[in-house]
Amino acid sequence: MNNSKRSLTLALGTLAALMMVSGCKKKETPPPPPPPAKPVTATLSANPPSIQRGQSATLTWSTENATDVTLDGNKVDPSGSQTVSPTETTTYHLTAKGAAGTQEATAQVSVTPPPTPTPTPAPTPTPITDDQLFAQTVKDIYFDYDKADLRADAQQALAQAAQLIKQKGWKVQIEGNCDDRGSTEYNLALGERRADAAKQALIQNGVGADALKTISYGKEKPACTESNEDCWQKNRRDHFTLLH
Amino acid sequence: MLREKQLRASNKASFFTFIFVLFGAFLSAAAQDRIKIELNMGQQRPRLAAPDFKTANADPQSAPLANVFNQTLWNDLDNAGIFEMVAKSFYPSQAPGQPAELNAKIWGDPPPNAGVLTFGNVGVNSGKVEVQGWLYDVKNPGAPQILGKQYKEDATPDMARLIAHRFADEIIARLGSGIPGIAESKIFFVSTRSGNKEIWSMDYDGANQKQLTRVGSIALSPRISPDGSRLAFSGLTRDSWQIMIYSLDLGRTVAFPRNGGDNFSPAWASDGTKIAFSSSMHSGLSEIFVADASGANARRLSAGKGDVSPVFNPKTNGQIAWVSGRTGLPQLYVMDADGSNVQKVTEQGYAVSPAWSPNGLILAFAWVRNYGPGVLGGQDIYLMDIASRQIVQLTHDGGRNDFPSWSPDGRHLVFQSNRSGTEQIWGVLADGTHLQQLTREGRNSQPNWSFQ
Repeated sequence: MNNSKRSLTLALGTLAALMMVSGCKKKETPPPPPPPAKPVTATLSANPPSIQRGQSATLTWSTENATDVTLDGNKVDPSGSQTVSPTETTTYHLTAKGAAGTQEATAQVSVTPPPTPTPTPAPTPTPITDDQLFAQTVKDIYFDYDKADLRADAQQALAQAAQLIKQKGWKVQIEGNCDDRGSTEYNLALGERRADAAKQALIQNGVGADALKTISYGKEKPACTESNEDCWQKNRRDHFTLLH
Repeated sequence: MLREKQLRASNKASFFTFIFVLFGAFLSAAAQDRIKIELNMGQQRPRLAAPDFKTANADPQSAPLANVFNQTLWNDLDNAGIFEMVAKSFYPSQAPGQPAELNAKIWGDPPPNAGVLTFGNVGVNSGKVEVQGWLYDVKNPGAPQILGKQYKEDATPDMARLIAHRFADEIIARLGSGIPGIAESKIFFVSTRSGNKEIWSMDYDGANQKQLTRVGSIALSPRISPDGSRLAFSGLTRDSWQIMIYSLDLGRTVAFPRNGGDNFSPAWASDGTKIAFSSSMHSGLSEIFVADASGANARRLSAGKGDVSPVFNPKTNGQIAWVSGRTGLPQLYVMDADGSNVQKVTEQGYAVSPAWSPNGLILAFAWVRNYGPGVLGGQDIYLMDIASRQIVQLTHDGGRNDFPSWSPDGRHLVFQSNRSGTEQIWGVLADGTHLQQLTREGRNSQPNWSFQ
């Protein structure tokens, strides 16, 4: 055969191939162009949009026509919600990818520092009353059985009390008392001696005599009534009161 | 006075065996010999029979009031301290209601063996109780009548008691060396039963207890005036203790001068003209003062450290006994009424509450003879013969006994004691017998017997 025969065969073959390829279709119209992809939408919201540090907000999103949705890089469902507790103002990004493209949405959660707790105002110091100060500083002094002598500790206590009494210009009543074992009338006289002993000690420490008043209660005003030495000692006392 | 001389003569040799026994513990034989404590109780005690007075009629009140009368009369005579009461178990079955019914012999013979007999009747008529009473000598031939009395008062138990007291006093005066009976006397005392210490009064036998003062704070140390009209006491005011006077006639306190400092333990002179008391008005320490009965002209008598409880010698009013802590523990002192001639009367222990007998010869007081922490033994009432300084112990049962006060006849004392568990007022004869509890409610203390 010659070349002409060969070209012809090739052409026919190609044609046949073509016919074969396109021959499965029976005689068709050209394929229609693909429909345009539906647009991707994405929305993201934060509720509430503003929180105090330590509080939470809920991010809510929805998308349409997206196949790949991420929220700040994390894959999420096409729509959903999530609670967040940012410590600082944060903008969240929702990325939605779909055939039609990519959409983004953002939402911001503002974080305000919690209000500085109003400091509970330090209690305005109630000025201590004279009565309270007196009771704290001019305390009962105690005596030995049947005695009106001041013990050493009582003398010290009175020396100290004298300074405050002078400074404050207080007027003081000194009340002499006895335990219940002695006789009523003699105990009144003994109580008088006990009150007077304290008065003299205060005078020696500089308190003016007219700032001091004495009275005896004998055994008539006991501080306790048990019959034991503990109670008897408590009753053998000078008690001091502030005169107004 | 004649009566006194008779007493002294009759008592000169009167060493009572019971006193001898009481003394035994701590006095030497020589001391016992020297003791003459004149208690006016007589050497010979008449044997007195006192059957119940008969009910005079069928009035429904007659029997109950006769009952009250009889109990009171018996008590008054039994407690007088001068009779030997014939035991009722020895009485004949029938007692006379009138002299016409009297068979003296069965009373004067054994078993009753009475020397004197009192009898009578009680009846209520028209709301009045009438009592007829007699006292007969049933030993001597002819059985002479000693007394015949008639009484008529409103028909109440109080009046039945009063008549019994009066009749008893008549008998006692007639048979008891002429010293008046005490059945109508009163005792004043401190009681807590109203809620705080106030002054109360009662009949000498504990009947008729009633509140007098209403200070509302604390009232102490009652002392009735010699005429029985005013009661002095020490009361706590807002800022001090003051001597106060309660008028029994007016039923309230009356004015008395206010003194500086604290004022305690008032005491009357027996002529009613002066009041002694303890006051810190001068030095801030308790000292003895004397003022007029009105409170005016107060003057200082003693200069002690803790002087209290003054009491006048009621016979002379020329001396005052009191308590002083000037040497440490309280002791008794005596001085002249002008403050001079101070003498210390006790030397040991803890001595308080002097009370001078009406005849001025004996000082009763409260004493812890051996004193000190841990020393056992209570505080008892003692009697001291002032002239010889010899001492008799009156109470012995331990506990705390205090504030003796003499009866007007000098034969009895009242005092406060905690022997029953709480502080109460007790009565006793000066020989230590016939101890009886007079108060029971609340706490009761500091008794003071009236002057008559």
